[in-house]
Amino acid sequence: MTLAEQPFHESTASIEVSVQERTPWWEYFTFSRDHKVIGIQYLVTTFAFYLLGGALASLVRAELATPDSDLLPPEWYNGSFTMHGTIMIFLWIVPAVTGGFGNYLVPLMIGARDMAFPTLNAIAFWMIIPGGLLLISSFFVGPASTGWTAYPPLSILTEQHAGQALWIFSIIILGTSSILAAVNFIVTIWSMRMKGMGLFDMPLFCWAMLATSVLALVATPVLAGALILLAFDLLAGTSFFNPTGGGNPIVYQHLFWFYSHPAVYVMILPVFGIISEVLPPHARKPIFGYKAIAYSSMMICALGLVVWAHHMFTSGTPDWLRVFFMIATLLVAVPTGIKIFSWLATLWGGKLRLASPLLFAIGFISMFVVGGLSGVMLGSVPIDIHVHDTYFVVAHFHYVLFGGSVFGIYAGIYHWFPKMTGRMLNETWGKIHFALTLIGFNLCFFPMHILGLQGMPRRVAQYDPQFAEINLICSIGAFILALSTIPFIINAVYSWFNGAKAPSNPWKALTLEWTTDSPPIPHNWHGEPPLLVHPYDYGTVDYEKLNQLLADHEASNLVPNH
Amino acid sequence: MKRQTLLSVIILIGLVISASIWYGQNHGLLPIAASEEAVLYDKLFSAVIAIAFGLFLIVQGTLIFSLFRFRKRQGDEADGIPFHDNIRLEMIWTAIPTVIVLWVALYSFDVYSTMRGTDALMIAHHMHHHPKSVLVAQTEGPLPDVSSDTVNISVQGMQFAWIFNYPNDITSGELHVPVNKHIHLDLSAVDVLHAFWVPQLRLKQDTIPGSPTHLDFYPTRIGEYPVVCAELCGSYHGGMRTTMIVESEADYQKWLNEQMEVAQADHSPKVATAKMSESEYLAGKLNQPMHHHH
Repeated sequence: MTLAEQPFHESTASIEVSVQERTPWWEYFTFSRDHKVIGIQYLVTTFAFYLLGGALASLVRAELATPDSDLLPPEWYNGSFTMHGTIMIFLWIVPAVTGGFGNYLVPLMIGARDMAFPTLNAIAFWMIIPGGLLLISSFFVGPASTGWTAYPPLSILTEQHAGQALWIFSIIILGTSSILAAVNFIVTIWSMRMKGMGLFDMPLFCWAMLATSVLALVATPVLAGALILLAFDLLAGTSFFNPTGGGNPIVYQHLFWFYSHPAVYVMILPVFGIISEVLPPHARKPIFGYKAIAYSSMMICALGLVVWAHHMFTSGTPDWLRVFFMIATLLVAVPTGIKIFSWLATLWGGKLRLASPLLFAIGFISMFVVGGLSGVMLGSVPIDIHVHDTYFVVAHFHYVLFGGSVFGIYAGIYHWFPKMTGRMLNETWGKIHFALTLIGFNLCFFPMHILGLQGMPRRVAQYDPQFAEINLICSIGAFILALSTIPFIINAVYSWFNGAKAPSNPWKALTLEWTTDSPPIPHNWHGEPPLLVHPYDYGTVDYEKLNQLLADHEASNLVPNH
Repeated sequence: MKRQTLLSVIILIGLVISASIWYGQNHGLLPIAASEEAVLYDKLFSAVIAIAFGLFLIVQGTLIFSLFRFRKRQGDEADGIPFHDNIRLEMIWTAIPTVIVLWVALYSFDVYSTMRGTDALMIAHHMHHHPKSVLVAQTEGPLPDVSSDTVNISVQGMQFAWIFNYPNDITSGELHVPVNKHIHLDLSAVDVLHAFWVPQLRLKQDTIPGSPTHLDFYPTRIGEYPVVCAELCGSYHGGMRTTMIVESEADYQKWLNEQMEVAQADHSPKVATAKMSESEYLAGKLNQPMHHHH
């Protein structure tokens, strides 16, 4: 029976459905409980913060283009890198990969209508904006300038008193949002998988989100506790961390890194998940080693909780503790290596479709591996003692968080943009974006390894003139990197309104989100989601037959069988 | 595996290993090694960077090879070969990294223990019987050769200068040490955290207000080396630098005698600022309000 043959009352019903099928544009500006609206709210909001964080990075690199401190007043230089780090971590990568991709994808991938707690989900998002505005407002009173780590006693004695207080309150709000989101993901993944989908039938992104959420849930409250005590020291004159009153500044470092090292995994595990989703459809291969990748996420989650003091090898940490944290840290390389080798094996023997999603995913592997290897070097206590707090560390974590997380986020955006907006991105501009990002990124950050090893500390506005040439190269790279964002923004904005219409499954992908419309209807599927294949059955699926089954499924949902 | 494939794999692995060993010896990434600790460090670093370089070549090589070899050809709409597991391969790439990182851990532990002049794990045992603050417990380990061969100097970090105190009330803004002697630094901080770092020693130690810390080294090379503050300490953190002068025993004694005369001539409490003067810190920003300063 076709739609035209339906009895009158049934066709009115289907018209009603199609009216509800569109999410109106204004809903994106409301307290919506739809996980897809919230996911896009997160992505767009955090991208705006990313641009602000990037502008601050450009200021820092402009100052460092010459050895003298000659561009910014010193407090503003320190304020710039402090706000750069804080914004990139708490207002870009963490909320973009968990709140953004997590919200949009998890329910679609497990065949759910929404998250377990839709209202809580909306509350978590609507904490990001006040948290972010609070942080930005500190520019009017002099921003926090003690680094994103805010180590006492400096953060207690700072002259940017008000800015530091705003910084603390902002991070507490953003951390609370992150805790709420984590609870939501754990419950959703655990209890809302559709009938027939076991844990080991889930797409690997869901495994990554499960591991991420456990980490965020366990670690973030500790940061909140540390920051509340720091706020008392700063505002009420207590001495939890202030040695002049008998406090211990090292305790703050322990509490801070108990959260902040797991935070690195919060920023990278979901991106590992994105890569595991992007590679198979674009390489036309099943993911290699599904279970190994799933377990390695959980192993990184467990190990990630017991490595924090490797940030404190020069803080007077006792020797035996340094040895323990060294071994735990180095062991993280094993599950991480399993993932990298599994991704390489996924590409091996594939039919690589080198469009922007795969280019960024391959770029991710290539860059992340550099960050991983420098991470192993930093795990070694003696090696770390020399390069701790130098540009070597700056290079290392940008290879992890930009070469890793941001490349992965871009891979995810190019991959799911058609699903999210119903429009295709322009491929030529995507390739230009990729090339500029790759060149700018490596030019900016690779030479920093040398700077650190040779003797340049981080967080300085002035430096030894022997480092002038390398720093100039880094700054030129940074400006290319800044420019590389422009083709992306133009492409994304133009394509959202005028791009070619996207079919429901432009990549011939097998995960569930591609079985519904682009963009999906408010409750994701008409009727039951069609769980017909495993997420990575490439090479064994008969696509003609699958399409027929999907069409039959759709028809059976539109016209109920009696 | 075909014999030919096997042969080319073996040749490739051989090439990667040779390239890694060569790179480990010729990376040129580190500054001059001016102490015994630095020589130990450089051996460890060479070994680890060689391994890292080999893994880098393997991963990037595989990616570049795949980009060309497995690129989708025009008109080919088929899927790739659907293999998705290989237990033997997965065991190999789990076992080899495990062995590598455990070896790196052992080697690092060995180097670290030698650098500290003590078995690092013995401290744990020692601490067990002395329920003191961990920072103090750290000093309880046997210090290397506490004899006339050891020169004790106390180091104070403050915003934004290093102060070095020698016996007989000698105070200096530069660190003078004799070559081929054990140097023992007692580090403290006046205001906020700082970190004492001499890149040519490969050693760094935070100075912590309220908690004394220590650093031991054995300089082996006469010369002048930068002393850098490596922990963010405020607006002029980047200007908190001075010089370490490693000199012959005779030159060191000569300098000590000169300083003693100065100290005796001037008994008022004296604080020497770091080599870089305040006007140099403030170069280019005279319109800025003066920061509180010692």
